[in-house]
Amino acid sequence: MNWELIIKWLPRIAEGAWLTLELVGIAVIAGLILAIPLGIARSSRHWYVRALPYGYIFFFRGTPLLVQLFLVYYGLAQFEAVREGPLWPFLRDAYWCAIVTLTLHTAAYIAEILRGAIQAIPPGEIEAARALGMSRWQALLYIILPRAARIGLPAYSNEVILMLKASALASTITLLELTGMSRTIIARTYQPVEIFFAAGVFYLVAAYVLVQGFRQLERRLRVDACQGR
Amino acid sequence: MTGSPPALEIRDLHKRYGEHEVLKGISLTARDGDVISILGSSGSGKSTFLRCINLLENPHRGQIIVNGEAFKLKPSQTGELHAANNKQINRLRSEIGFVFQSFNLWPHMSVLDNITEAPRRVLGLSKAEATERAEALLAKVGIADKRHVYPNQLSGGQQQRAAIARTLCMEPKVILFDEPTSALDPEMVQEVLSVIRALAEEGRTMLLVTHEMNFARQVSSEVVFLHQGLVEEQGTPQQVFDNPLSARCKQFMSSNH
Repeated sequence: MNWELIIKWLPRIAEGAWLTLELVGIAVIAGLILAIPLGIARSSRHWYVRALPYGYIFFFRGTPLLVQLFLVYYGLAQFEAVREGPLWPFLRDAYWCAIVTLTLHTAAYIAEILRGAIQAIPPGEIEAARALGMSRWQALLYIILPRAARIGLPAYSNEVILMLKASALASTITLLELTGMSRTIIARTYQPVEIFFAAGVFYLVAAYVLVQGFRQLERRLRVDACQGR
Repeated sequence: MTGSPPALEIRDLHKRYGEHEVLKGISLTARDGDVISILGSSGSGKSTFLRCINLLENPHRGQIIVNGEAFKLKPSQTGELHAANNKQINRLRSEIGFVFQSFNLWPHMSVLDNITEAPRRVLGLSKAEATERAEALLAKVGIADKRHVYPNQLSGGQQQRAAIARTLCMEPKVILFDEPTSALDPEMVQEVLSVIRALAEEGRTMLLVTHEMNFARQVSSEVVFLHQGLVEEQGTPQQVFDNPLSARCKQFMSSNH
């Protein structure tokens, strides 16, 4: 193992790691925001409210992320309306294409997590809220969502870690995030073992920090105490 | 007869699940201070009846009148009656307390937050006002020291007392108890019953579905015996327990002594 080589390229690898964290950070937060209305609508009693998020989730869970990235990055540019449209300065940029795709992709999964969490709340707890005179919206806002957040948090943390690794696909649309940067360095140095080893360590450390962070959050929100009742 | 309307009046309540008719026309009037126990074997429709009163279940026919104000209901496609006016239903529900068999405390909130949540959100009380009310009620049900504890750290009896405090904090005009001690260990039953007894002695209006026969006999002003979705027997505790007119009620009472 050539440690000097790793140390020499470490700043560039760290640069890539930073971009990875940026992509994932934005995607899982924006995805969460997008997923809240989707997940709520998905757990509606009315089929016509469920239908739209169902279609959305079906598409994004049913197709590979790589295909979605290609569709957005290569596909959108074929439409003149997009090229002439106001969003073109963003959509011509691989960075924004990756952010948009990762966000839409993870939102579908998070919405499904949220739906499952909402449906896992014991019905009696919601009845209690309604019996005390809370409206549907009050029950949703003050009881159901806080409760669902705790039920869904472990699955959400899992999704965040999956996205950390899935973000490597952004390298296929020219982004120099951790994987993309590593491949670029390897193309120059012909030392794949050292560089990919270093990249792997970065992924591991990031995953470890995320796991620990979510564990703290679960403790603060008393997730354990709310389960298995 | 006084001029004031009864606290709660139910007229000709019908409810069915598919073809199965659970309630076949039940009427009941609770005047201020009445404690009405509803007895009957499993499947006689006691709980369904109670749950229909605040529309946790939707009846198919009937009227529910709280303090002279009738629930505005409209039939849905399935034939069930649903609230015609959500604002009204929420307001009336806030005036009808409901105590569940399985407590249904919110496990992610402390006992105090469980109790103050609805008064703050529904009645618009400030946090300080709601907390003051809640602490007085926790003292009253005997778990003042548990206010910062979470529901899963409480025994079943303590959870049910917290749930009663949560209901009382809304200052309801009528309280419905749906088998409040059925999910409890035998030794915890008494602590909950003594809380309910104290409420009865305060002159609160209550409907109580229970299997605690002795207790029902002691606290009730009126006992209603349901059988196959109908009121089979109704009267004072002495009448219903000691001299039931119907054969079914007689049989039920003798098997429970």
